[in-house]
Amino acid sequence: MNTALKVLTTFTLWFSVGYVIADQLPNVGQKDKKFSVEKLQVNVGDTVTFTNDDPFFHNVFSLSPAATFDLGSYPQGESRDITFEEAGEVQVECAIHPSMQMTIEVTE
Amino acid sequence: MQLIINVNLRRLALALVILMPCAAELKEATLQILRNGENAGSYILQAGDPSLAEWKLPPLNIADQTSADHTQSDALIKLGRALFFDPKLSSDNSRSCASCHRPKLGWSDGRPTAVGLNGQPLDRATPSLYNSAYGTIFTWDGRASSLEEQALGPVYDPSEMGSSADELLTKLRSDEYYRKAFAEVFTEQLITDQFITDQFITEDSISRALASFERTLLVQNTRFDQWVAGDHNALTLSEIRGFGVFLDSERGSCATCHAPPNFTDDGFHNIGLASFSDPDPDLGRYNIRPVKLMRGAFKTPSLRNITLTAPYFHDGSAETLEDVVEHYQQGGVSKGNLSPEMKDIDLNTQDVDDLIAFLRAISITRDDESINMASEQ
Ligand code: HEC
Ligand code: HEC
Ligand SMILES: [Cu+2]
Repeated sequence: MNTALKVLTTFTLWFSVGYVIADQLPNVGQKDKKFSVEKLQVNVGDTVTFTNDDPFFHNVFSLSPAATFDLGSYPQGESRDITFEEAGEVQVECAIHPSMQMTIEVTE
Repeated sequence: MQLIINVNLRRLALALVILMPCAAELKEATLQILRNGENAGSYILQAGDPSLAEWKLPPLNIADQTSADHTQSDALIKLGRALFFDPKLSSDNSRSCASCHRPKLGWSDGRPTAVGLNGQPLDRATPSLYNSAYGTIFTWDGRASSLEEQALGPVYDPSEMGSSADELLTKLRSDEYYRKAFAEVFTEQLITDQFITDQFITEDSISRALASFERTLLVQNTRFDQWVAGDHNALTLSEIRGFGVFLDSERGSCATCHAPPNFTDDGFHNIGLASFSDPDPDLGRYNIRPVKLMRGAFKTPSLRNITLTAPYFHDGSAETLEDVVEHYQQGGVSKGNLSPEMKDIDLNTQDVDDLIAFLRAISITRDDESINMASEQ
């Protein structure tokens, strides 16, 4: 019983650690008119990939001083990348669907 | 023996009567539309089918919707209605919100674009206010993110109502009805001391009242809604086929933007109106979000009660629903910055007729009870 519990705990821990690591990979999904994460922390020099999982076009842009970019519009299955060169808070939005918003915290 | 046969015959007749409507249902059930996206399944176009559930308007939790901490009381709505119909809100007392958002014209004005204080046409059409309680972003270019935030925009706009905060507050604070009503709504007490009552008449409380009234302008029970809820008799076969055209990404492909449940994605698209080729075109959403994609993009309007609000589009360029469908058939006119969702659709005459029949079925009729109730003062 006790061993079973230990095994279970170990597995749970192992899985959740795996999950957290996977979660920190700078890959953001776009599904059901939402970004898959609301907040993301990356380091200067990191590249974040945005992947469209919806059956219609999405966009990604930011007008924040730390990173100003517009990745255009792209359909389901396609992705776009952006590399962050400066530290700061970056507000990311989809121009087509303004309720799609997220923040990327870029640290040194 | 004889008797039993008789009974059986009667049963048979009964069974036939029951089966007849089933035959109609069977025809209905053969209409299946593949949904966009991998493994998304399909819509089964049959009254009450679970695959249509996303088209049901959810009940509104109005307390959640107000950005304000004050919940939507009947008194607040009544006050909002009084303000909405009151010409005092314009500088020369000549017009109210309802001069442009006219109850019997679907809370729009029946004109290509609104008419300014000086009688000159303004740049954009007056949108309907139906179901704005379900909206998340307001005006054609989305410059307001709540009804409260939008409410005083037209009051202060020099070409719409031409007033100012000072003028508005002075007028309302010297009006006995408003002094009483605001104090009652916000304190639930009868207060007569003017110094105190003045404190309740603010830009904030005026906006809240107007927004609360606007949230009552709902259309939730069209024949389409009845059909989605399970009433097999609510739509004709042509209207059901038209819904199929509307949904089908190979035909109308309308639902990509006019998405469930309120026929809008609260998003922005350039659908290629001819006016975008004008020398100095209205750039729409681009003025608010200067991203290339947004040049000439405007908010997707909801479509419930669309028959009440002709002419159509932000520039009023389509006189009828037939014109609207013709525009989409052409895949837009001005293709400079056209949305990639504007497909080259190719509908046959039957599809066009069905689609238009469907658009009419998501509207209540002009003499419907609820319109008259809402317009009563
Ligand atoms: C001169 C005619 C006119 C008057 C008066 C007027 N409006 Fe409007 N209204 C418009 C036009 C035109 C628009 C679209 C403006 C735009 O998109 O730039 C609009 C947009 C709106 C919207 C946004 C609807 C949506 O779905 O995006 C709301 C809400 C609204 N008006 C409420 C009001 C209220 C409340 C008043 C009175 C305080 C009022 N309006 C007075 C013409 C008018
Ligand atoms: C690319 C997204 C998109 C697609 C696809 C689309 N619409 Fe629209 N629709 C819009 C936008 C955005 C507007 C407002 C455009 C403007 O006025 O500049 C609009 C306006 C309308 C209007 C006028 C509404 C009003 O109040 O003025 C009607 C009716 C309409 N669409 C019906 C349809 C039908 C029917 C289809 C399918 C054949 C369709 N739409 C496909 C985005 C779309
Ligand atoms: Cu999007």
